[in-house]
Amino acid sequence: MTTPDPGAKAPDTALDASCRVPLLALFGGAAFWLVAGLLLSLAAIMTFHQPDLFADCPLLTYGRVQPAANDALLYGFCVPAALGVVLWILVRLGQTELVLPLVPIAGANLWHLGVLVGVVAILIGDSTGFAWLEFPRGGSVLLFAGYLLIAMSAVATFGARKERELYPSHWFLLAALLWFPWIYSTANLLLVAWPVRGMAQAVIDWWFSNNLLFVWLALVGIGAAFYLLPKLSGRPLQSHYLAQFAFWMFIVFGSWCGIPQGAPVPAWLPTASSVAAVLTLVPLLVVAIIARNTVYGSTAVCRGGPLCYVKFGTAAFLVSGFMFITSACPHFSRIIGFTWFGPAQVQLQILGFFTIVMCGAIYELLPRIMGFALPFPKFVRAQHWLFMLGVLLWAGALAVGGVEQGIKLSDPSSAFADSTAAALMALRVGTTGLVLILLGALLFALNVFAVTFKWKMALLKAGIAAIKEPLEAESAPARSDTGEVKA
Amino acid sequence: MKNGFQVILAALAALGLSWCGFVLAPVLQLGAQKQAMVLNSSALYPLGRPGEANQGLQVYRANGCAACHTEQVQQDGVVCDVVLTSPGSNPVAVSNLVSALKLSDLTKDDADAAADQISAAGGKSETHVIATGVDIARGWGFRRSVAADFLYDDPVQPGSLRAGPDLSNIAIRDPDLNWQLVHLYAPQSLVKGSAMPPFRYLFEVRKIGGAMSPDALQFSKGFEPPAGYEVVPKPQAKELAAYLLSLRADVPLYEAPFTPPLAKP
Repeated sequence: MTTPDPGAKAPDTALDASCRVPLLALFGGAAFWLVAGLLLSLAAIMTFHQPDLFADCPLLTYGRVQPAANDALLYGFCVPAALGVVLWILVRLGQTELVLPLVPIAGANLWHLGVLVGVVAILIGDSTGFAWLEFPRGGSVLLFAGYLLIAMSAVATFGARKERELYPSHWFLLAALLWFPWIYSTANLLLVAWPVRGMAQAVIDWWFSNNLLFVWLALVGIGAAFYLLPKLSGRPLQSHYLAQFAFWMFIVFGSWCGIPQGAPVPAWLPTASSVAAVLTLVPLLVVAIIARNTVYGSTAVCRGGPLCYVKFGTAAFLVSGFMFITSACPHFSRIIGFTWFGPAQVQLQILGFFTIVMCGAIYELLPRIMGFALPFPKFVRAQHWLFMLGVLLWAGALAVGGVEQGIKLSDPSSAFADSTAAALMALRVGTTGLVLILLGALLFALNVFAVTFKWKMALLKAGIAAIKEPLEAESAPARSDTGEVKA
Repeated sequence: MKNGFQVILAALAALGLSWCGFVLAPVLQLGAQKQAMVLNSSALYPLGRPGEANQGLQVYRANGCAACHTEQVQQDGVVCDVVLTSPGSNPVAVSNLVSALKLSDLTKDDADAAADQISAAGGKSETHVIATGVDIARGWGFRRSVAADFLYDDPVQPGSLRAGPDLSNIAIRDPDLNWQLVHLYAPQSLVKGSAMPPFRYLFEVRKIGGAMSPDALQFSKGFEPPAGYEVVPKPQAKELAAYLLSLRADVPLYEAPFTPPLAKP
């Protein structure tokens, strides 16, 4: 067997078709939550335009709608979209049909139900109070069960692979499959089910959110990029050795980041995190080298298509990673700690990196698994521009505003109100970016829903035809029978 | 890595290591934490919040106040001031010495040296420890926040963004219950240009039937409700205000020492 090279493989329609129904279940919900999450984000940011907008509406008060928006994007869009893409890549790389195709359908429905329960719970004031883990017990149990079902099918598909040799994407995606249930169960058991005492809660929450937002998203996003970049640019991954080095360095050091500097905990915790964050610079640079060498010299033109998505997403991953490392350095965290710089990094990670890579992957795989072209192919390019501009404006404004706010905050002679005012301007500019991203998300949702609708209509037609055919076949001779009797 | 088993093993090892470091170790170190002894005193800290304030913590959680407010005072370091308490038997020599010595913004060693010189000259002095940093200069606290400040809170909500000010010591800054309630109801009436959303849904505006309710909010001029109406806090608002008024991290601890300012008479 030669080294599996995704660029060289001919599309195999039977393989792609085996993923159709579970992936539609995952992506349909994901598209809904992407739009819903961005709408909630917009509702949240409106408070900074007019503070008393929702003064009489507890459901939409900033402290509820903001975490609801974050969780809708992360749990509603990122994770199910990721799982769908993982299933498809495992099918493609393994050259085998999806194993247990019914199980992930059930899983996807459980998962999206869990997100609904969780988001509604946050809005009615039933959040757990832990950042990125706000879903109460009912929601998280559904999520966990749904995840296990989907992961079961993923692992079974991996085990049944016909192409036995592993490709670098395999390492990242397999690690991600293991990562999530571990961190999610630890955090829920120790924070929600049987809460530990005192500040240990905050440390576990920081560990969890770092491992989900920074490590897990990177494992899936970079794993998918390492599959898609060679495939779309027509050049093999440069190289597998570098990828292995990046993988090891990233999972070893990335998982130790996340405890903020100056946190009220024993000093060794933030110090360890700070050292780990600086060391994470190495795998980030290696990913940059791999991506650049793979794409460089390729004759493929991206024209706002999936290749553009993955390129932009990878670049956003690197910028977001550098921002993350910067804020973990004590020297800089004195200024940008507790400012909008942190949310800017998270928004860039979720929307600029992960959402864009996932949308690109979905645009690449959707026509293949369905067997027909996208209903609105022009939306792909439009969404790419909307997302690029939107992310630059939104995350860029938050980051710049955060630095300005931090400079004011770290000067005791400047009034606190000045720091708020500095950030307020940036938030208002950034809102434009958020609107652009929302428009892009609407285009994405339209494509996904139209594909689903077209497929369901075709199913319906086929079903009606299948029912009609024997009926017509039966009724035709029956008439002639009676005719004969009458005659 | 040639097979899936090796990949899973690698991921298990990496994540397991960080789990031991950031989950197991903190649970062992912080999860078993007990009340701490207040410095130079036999009192214990913290004492736990009163019942209504504890319910207020849940109102704080339900409305996501931690999305905009931190409860973490940051500190750069400490400086020492040496304060003469008694000139002793040779006031002239001590007074000459004191005017010649630098007595404020000292390191611990310099402060000890100065105190030694004063006592050698026969005077008596005290060394005051003062925490430094931007947050402390802003009046947000006397010392940095430590894990003990959160010992009895569940959930612990240290916050990560200062869209609003730090609340670690809000009870010391604004100890008035009416101020807190009015600020929740109409922040802009007390803090001009505040970006905080009003929490009107935690209050009830009602017609005054007979006597005014003793709970009714006292507004400053220009912000009163229409004549004949009063604004009364719902139970959640009272609990939230009780929680805010329980936020005071003002005792010196071994890991965060400072000399408390003299109590006002």
